[in-house]
Amino acid sequence: MDEEQIKRYARQIIMPEIGVKGQRKLLESSVLVVGAGGLGSPAIQYLAGAGVGRIGIADGDNVDISNLQRQTIHAGNLGKNKAESAKEFVEKLNPDVEVEVYPFHLDPENVREIVKGYDVVLDCTDNFVSRFLLNDACVIEGVPLVHAAVLRFEGEIMTIVPSESACYRCVFSHAPPPGSVPTCQEAGVVGATVGTLGTLQAIEAIKLLLGIGEVLTSRMLHIDLLTMDFTELKLKKNPDCPICSGRVKEIIPERYAESCQL
Amino acid sequence: MKTVDLRGEVCPFTFVKTKVALEDAEPGEVLEIIFDHEPAVRDVPRSVQAEGHDVLSVEKIGEDEWRVVIRKRAEE
Repeated sequence: MDEEQIKRYARQIIMPEIGVKGQRKLLESSVLVVGAGGLGSPAIQYLAGAGVGRIGIADGDNVDISNLQRQTIHAGNLGKNKAESAKEFVEKLNPDVEVEVYPFHLDPENVREIVKGYDVVLDCTDNFVSRFLLNDACVIEGVPLVHAAVLRFEGEIMTIVPSESACYRCVFSHAPPPGSVPTCQEAGVVGATVGTLGTLQAIEAIKLLLGIGEVLTSRMLHIDLLTMDFTELKLKKNPDCPICSGRVKEIIPERYAESCQL
Repeated sequence: MKTVDLRGEVCPFTFVKTKVALEDAEPGEVLEIIFDHEPAVRDVPRSVQAEGHDVLSVEKIGEDEWRVVIRKRAEE
């Protein structure tokens, strides 16, 4: 670790849970952030700041003015691809971090190949198809996944350690029918709410990478920031879960249309 | 005994650099740290002790200079 790195990471090196050893570990680690939107922006920001050595950023959308209320890392980059824009932010913040850009949406054909190159994956997506796809790909490839989702003032977060803990599909077997659940576009969201959840995803990733503390495995934390109620739901592994049980070993592209039922 | 010259460094870098030196040292190895930042003379010994290392001595060796001798803890 050079002089500049000792200064840059001083606040982390000081902590007994991290130290020089932990910092070196972070610099050698990799995290894939899927979605550089409301959840992804704060997650990318804090992972890059912490010195996670390699960050993959996947997003096929371009920065729109309606995003900036919550996606602050894209300041000044209207019209630019979000993954490219996020890379610019990271490079300015911390040159120690190598960024890999995937300027497209993950799909059943490319998802396994991409997730398997990382130590941890963050699900910062905004739709059910992507959530099921990421969950299934990460469980099949054995890569820990931190899921979060947000609406209005509420959010949920859970961490999936394949073969150890309940997966997203153990909890939700399939997606709700289209139109039955409002999207952020219809229901709205406060920037600070996604910011809170995305930040929690970053800290879960850091704990997973360092092997410290307790992560949200087989637990879902539900947060209502309007009432400030933080509720923990205990989750059980579903013995009949098609993915966790190993019954389904491949991503079957035609299943990831609407319901995602396996 | 290895000497780590931290003159010119202030908090928190006095502790951070002491920690870096300790992590690079062998278990049980004794290090001599030189400071010229007075608060570090009070804080660094306390912080390294909290992490399980032994502070063998703290002495004033000049007008604004202190020497702290630390033995790295035996195991990780």
